[in-house]
Amino acid sequence: MVRTATKHPAAKRVDAPKRVRLLIATRKGLWTLSADGARRTWKLTGPQFLGHIVHHAMLDPRDGKTLLAAARTGHLGPTVFRSIDNGKTWKEATTPPAFEPGSGRVVDHTFWLTPGHASQPGVWFAGTSPQGLFRSDDGGANWKGVAGFNAHPQRKAWCGGDQDGTPDGPKLHSILVDPRDAAHMYISMSSGGTFESNDGGADWHPLNQGVRADFQPNPDLEFGHDPHCVRFAAGNPDRLYQQNHCGLFRLDRPQTRWQDIGGGMPKSVGYVGFPMVPHPHDANTAWIFPMDGTDVWPRISPGGKPAAYRTRDGGKTWKRQAEGMPKAQAWWTVKRQAMTVDLFPAAGVYFGTTSGEVWGSRDEGRSWKCLAAHLPHIYAVESV
Amino acid sequence: MDYRVAIPSPLRSYCAGAAMVTIFCAGETPTLGDVLAALESAHPGIRFRMQDEQGRLRPHIKVFVDADVERNLAARVPRGAGIMIVAALSGG
Repeated sequence: MVRTATKHPAAKRVDAPKRVRLLIATRKGLWTLSADGARRTWKLTGPQFLGHIVHHAMLDPRDGKTLLAAARTGHLGPTVFRSIDNGKTWKEATTPPAFEPGSGRVVDHTFWLTPGHASQPGVWFAGTSPQGLFRSDDGGANWKGVAGFNAHPQRKAWCGGDQDGTPDGPKLHSILVDPRDAAHMYISMSSGGTFESNDGGADWHPLNQGVRADFQPNPDLEFGHDPHCVRFAAGNPDRLYQQNHCGLFRLDRPQTRWQDIGGGMPKSVGYVGFPMVPHPHDANTAWIFPMDGTDVWPRISPGGKPAAYRTRDGGKTWKRQAEGMPKAQAWWTVKRQAMTVDLFPAAGVYFGTTSGEVWGSRDEGRSWKCLAAHLPHIYAVESV
Repeated sequence: MDYRVAIPSPLRSYCAGAAMVTIFCAGETPTLGDVLAALESAHPGIRFRMQDEQGRLRPHIKVFVDADVERNLAARVPRGAGIMIVAALSGG
């Protein structure tokens, strides 16, 4: 299906915002970092939900005031908290994401939150561990499984068992809603691969041609891949960028075959990582944050020398960006939701580390500054 | 029949901070599942944090009926029994 190109919502805001706020979801609660339009002085507030494992927190861009936070604790089951006053007060969802009774499946945690299409106020989507897709039609108060995926006859073949997948549990993530068409969606799963729906989630098909899966006996699979993060390019929802377990890829629709864009990365660094962060206004620019995926997969900065890498040409070449970061003995990394950009014309880039630091750049990654430290393990950073 | 239920600190936000609540449960000898359902009716939201969507107690939640741990939700709860919910100490 060919869809008319249009500007991504983010691309419409080219004037510098008056302020920026980062929602920092951690293993022990939710914090907020705020700055004015100069982005030089940051104020840390929180915690909220102290002691809760917060996997993701998101603002609804359609009303600018509804926030959702996906949380659980070590002892208690998973839930979603919602605020309709920009985080001043919170209320728990009446019906959090949960699989159908009798299905035998149990949500361990809600991992990913995506606001729905602009034409569908109140609609949200959630991805869970193990892989499940859920929808709310009332701003996150009540959630129901998307049967077209959760009960799809191929779901188990696509995903494997609920015990398969990443060390923290298999996950459904990167829920993307086409800004031109509410019925056109993508989801990705670790593991399972990337899937597309053209009918609002009633049916799904795999979209993984060209993506490597060299951890499988047959690396040329239709599904069973391990995308870590998939995002729309700015202003062009026909372009998808993917950070995968086995490399970096780009897909330009209506093509169905992903192009390998990892060849420009230095061999000593490799192309493994979690986040993939497109520029807010330029479809050819994106950032990644490589980690060590060799040997037993230490999942730390390669050689203890953290760095972001940026492409300006759609992935043909990548440039190391580490000015201001530690030059050695820094053994942290950045998880798939923990890197983001703001909407300034000269984009601010931000990431949170597994060691509880938040770093930011106000010059598109040329230089970096530590904005906050000593927080818990950071799972997600969202700029709102 | 009234039952007194001890609430662990992680769940007290559902009970206005109370460490002990008294709940009414219909029937002569209700099951433990009936008692937890009555607890949910009185304190909405508490059950899903303790029980998963398939009705099983979550791995780190224990329920004592008097002095004994009970994981069988079909077990009958004797009249006057004390119920204690424990968020188990599991790993430090």
